[in-house]
Amino acid sequence: MNAMNSEGYTTADGRKIGGVMMEMKNITLRFGGVKAITDISFDIREGEIRAIIGPNGAGKSSMLNVISGFYVPQEGEVWFHGQRRAPMKPYEVAQQGIARTFQNIALFEGMSVLDNIMTGRLTLMKTGLFQQAMWWGRAQKEETAHREKVEKVIDFLEIQDIRKTPVGRLPYGLKKRVELARALAAEPKLLLLDEPMAGMNVEEKEDMCRFILDVNDEFGTTIALIEHDMGVVMDLSDRVVVMDYGKKIGDGTPDEVRNNQDVINAYLGVAHD
Amino acid sequence: MPEQLLYAMEVSLNGLMAGIMYALVALGFVLIFKASGIFNYAQGVLALFAALTLVGLQQGQVPFAHVINAIFGTDLHHFGWQLPGLVAIALTALVMVGLAILIERLILKHLVNQAPIILFMATIGLAYFLEGLGDVMWGADIKKLDVGLPQGISEMIDTFTFNLFGYGFFIDRLDIVAAVVATALVAALTAFSQYTKYGRALRAVADDHQAALSVGISLRFVWVLVWSIAGFVALVAGIMWGSKSGVQFSLSLIALKALPVLMLGGFTSIPGAIVGGLIIGMGEKLFEFFAGPMIGGATENWFAYVLALVFLVFRPQGLFGERIIERV
Amino acid sequence: MFYREAGEFKTSYVDDSQTFPIKFDRMRYYAVLVIGFGIIPFVINDYWANAVFVPFLIYAIAAIGLNILTGYCGQVSLGTGGFMAVGAYACYKLMTAFPGMPILVDVLLAGAVTAGVGVLFGLPSLRIKGFYLAVATLAAQFFLVWLFNKVPWFYNYSASGQITAPERTMFGIAVTGANTPAWAKYLFCAVVLFLLAWLARNLTRGTVGRKWMAIRDMDIAAEIIGVNPLTTKLSAFAVSSFFIGVAGALFFAVYLGAAEVGEAFGIQKSFLILFMVIIGGLGSLFGSFAGAAFLVLLPVLLKNVLVEGMGWPTDLAAHVELMIVGALIIVFLILEPHGLAQLWRVAKEKLRLWPFPH
Repeated sequence: MNAMNSEGYTTADGRKIGGVMMEMKNITLRFGGVKAITDISFDIREGEIRAIIGPNGAGKSSMLNVISGFYVPQEGEVWFHGQRRAPMKPYEVAQQGIARTFQNIALFEGMSVLDNIMTGRLTLMKTGLFQQAMWWGRAQKEETAHREKVEKVIDFLEIQDIRKTPVGRLPYGLKKRVELARALAAEPKLLLLDEPMAGMNVEEKEDMCRFILDVNDEFGTTIALIEHDMGVVMDLSDRVVVMDYGKKIGDGTPDEVRNNQDVINAYLGVAHD
Repeated sequence: MPEQLLYAMEVSLNGLMAGIMYALVALGFVLIFKASGIFNYAQGVLALFAALTLVGLQQGQVPFAHVINAIFGTDLHHFGWQLPGLVAIALTALVMVGLAILIERLILKHLVNQAPIILFMATIGLAYFLEGLGDVMWGADIKKLDVGLPQGISEMIDTFTFNLFGYGFFIDRLDIVAAVVATALVAALTAFSQYTKYGRALRAVADDHQAALSVGISLRFVWVLVWSIAGFVALVAGIMWGSKSGVQFSLSLIALKALPVLMLGGFTSIPGAIVGGLIIGMGEKLFEFFAGPMIGGATENWFAYVLALVFLVFRPQGLFGERIIERV
Repeated sequence: MFYREAGEFKTSYVDDSQTFPIKFDRMRYYAVLVIGFGIIPFVINDYWANAVFVPFLIYAIAAIGLNILTGYCGQVSLGTGGFMAVGAYACYKLMTAFPGMPILVDVLLAGAVTAGVGVLFGLPSLRIKGFYLAVATLAAQFFLVWLFNKVPWFYNYSASGQITAPERTMFGIAVTGANTPAWAKYLFCAVVLFLLAWLARNLTRGTVGRKWMAIRDMDIAAEIIGVNPLTTKLSAFAVSSFFIGVAGALFFAVYLGAAEVGEAFGIQKSFLILFMVIIGGLGSLFGSFAGAAFLVLLPVLLKNVLVEGMGWPTDLAAHVELMIVGALIIVFLILEPHGLAQLWRVAKEKLRLWPFPH
């Protein structure tokens, strides 16, 4: 284990991980009488790839929804950049620089790929209704500037040829990629990925892994992801949180987690000798 | 007892009676919405069409007499017979079943899997068509409908309340009959959907189209069934409203009265339709009674909508709906 | 064979995002402008203006307005007639209260007033969705019609309860009132439509339009990626109502001249404009024009055939017309639920490949 302190640590492959960016403190989330998350705490550090894993129904997606502000936990605190986050609407969370993708693709089916990705930049575009209505001048200038940024994302994810295709016509794997593009277009500080590789074949998974690593590497984006494919998680992530029945049962580097008895029990069942 | 209070009681009673009629129309909506997800705007026109057909059959009118006369220069109008009320009602019910089959064959079959707004639009198209058809078939003049229902003030209630309060309530006997019939109809429909094979099929389809299909329920049959029932409910509503105020175009506007009832009670709840109908019937009559004179009257045109709107803002799932948990 | 993008290279993002990226489309657009502004005003007569062109132009404005709300932002409204009434009565009050004000300002201010009323009735859309909202907008329809009927201040205490447009001129030529020449009515409405269509195009192609469409396609996802549902929905209600209010003002002041609220702006009007939007194509500006043209021309055509051609009595013809319109709507929805705009798109796709489709 590398030396871990408030200043951060260095990974095995030599990347510098910074201080704590987001900290979840004693989060509890209930739906009616059902506890989806029970008293969970963990942190996400600047520049790191952090995975949340666990069996089905462990509360992983609920956790991601808490981070992105869609669910408000009944107990606990969310700290972001050293400040306690007041309860806020999901769109305000997005404006703080947190972008995400969804487990079941949530693209805007009636719009083209380009327009979908442009929606990722909505939080960054500032012209008002009246300037938009006039178009010539500020609105057009802003549109062009942001289009250039979006084209960079399109190049990065290698989807130039489907730019103007309506999203509804795309196959599943490409939709996932477009969704990632939309999240990246927002230039997020923290990127949340909810099962980015679910339902993909091996080749598509490899592509997606490469993109995730590149995003982290080139843009320095902090990433928190949920994934079922253990091989992928262990390869990609710097640290892993393991959840089961809404509780945290493990937290640490992939190696630590792999050897954690509770985690082994949760995944393989308890051995009877 | 102060007079104002007595008047208010009388008005509320009348409101409840009107509310039952609203509930009757709303019931037709709920049945179709539950079974097919279609928001059937044509429900009111169905009632008009049923009432027109009933009068036409009873009086022995020649259908399409106007068109035939216009094209061939003839002078047809009546066959010259009179049918007894019950026979005419039975025949009209058959016509409504035939109409349900036609609607399924010609329209619904082709619109499976379309967006709800498209289906809604199609029912508005249907409403236009049926309104025109009713007029072309039977003529657009105002008709009197009389199938032998009692009419006029109920002497019994008048005397009873006079002895009790020293003031006789005016309640129309037709309203009482309507209330009894509506209650019986609701009881029958509930029994049908709870205890019969077809009722179960209907509820299964309402719950999940795909799952119902996969266990071998014929969607098309269920649709014909609900549209037939809705047509029958429309016929009952048409008889009640038609006996009260004549059969004419405005009868189709009762659909607009039923919409706020649906908002209040929820689109899928039969008890909701009834309770919603009663609340709105009583509410609008009381509001008109107390506030109407101050702000110019005729508040019945909008009060129900505004009441439902305000209610929904505070409880978006309606009276009987479950709380909506949103997911991503 | 002329309809090609081959050989046209775009070298800037501005070029790439223009309204008519294909040269042939651009040419046709200019041709329509030349015919619309340069030829029709000189040849138009009273019949064509009143039966076809003026109602088409005004309904096109209303249809664009409703399309912004329903087609782009996904909020179904059945209150269009009521909002048109707001525009009409606001215009009337402005015209009579400030006789010196230019008529164009009256019309635009009437739109602004309607936008305010639209925002007010749009507030429940934050809590109420889908058909519940559609029915809720009926509250606006019935309440507004009732209000203009019952409060004499709105119709200046006139004995008949009607509102009548006084004469107003532009550049010395009457555009409202009894003495308005047909070409002036036409040209005034055409200019307003052109301006508003241009505004609508600008709004729908940029940030605002994307926010609307995001809310339409998936409101929860839109909120999570940073779209504020409150301001977005309300802006759609405001812009849409502005358009509808302007249409209502023109409908009363230029087209009808005198109006009674229940008759001119009843619920039938709401349905008519919704039909235009659906038949034309949801979420398409071209569709708004096509739908308005279709539903303006259809009754004129039917009336000519049935009454003048076959000599039927008018009331019977009116009922048959109702049947035909109803049936056509159903047939249309079955054959092409995405409207005339989709037919047009498909035709263009085919044309691009013609004569070698493989």
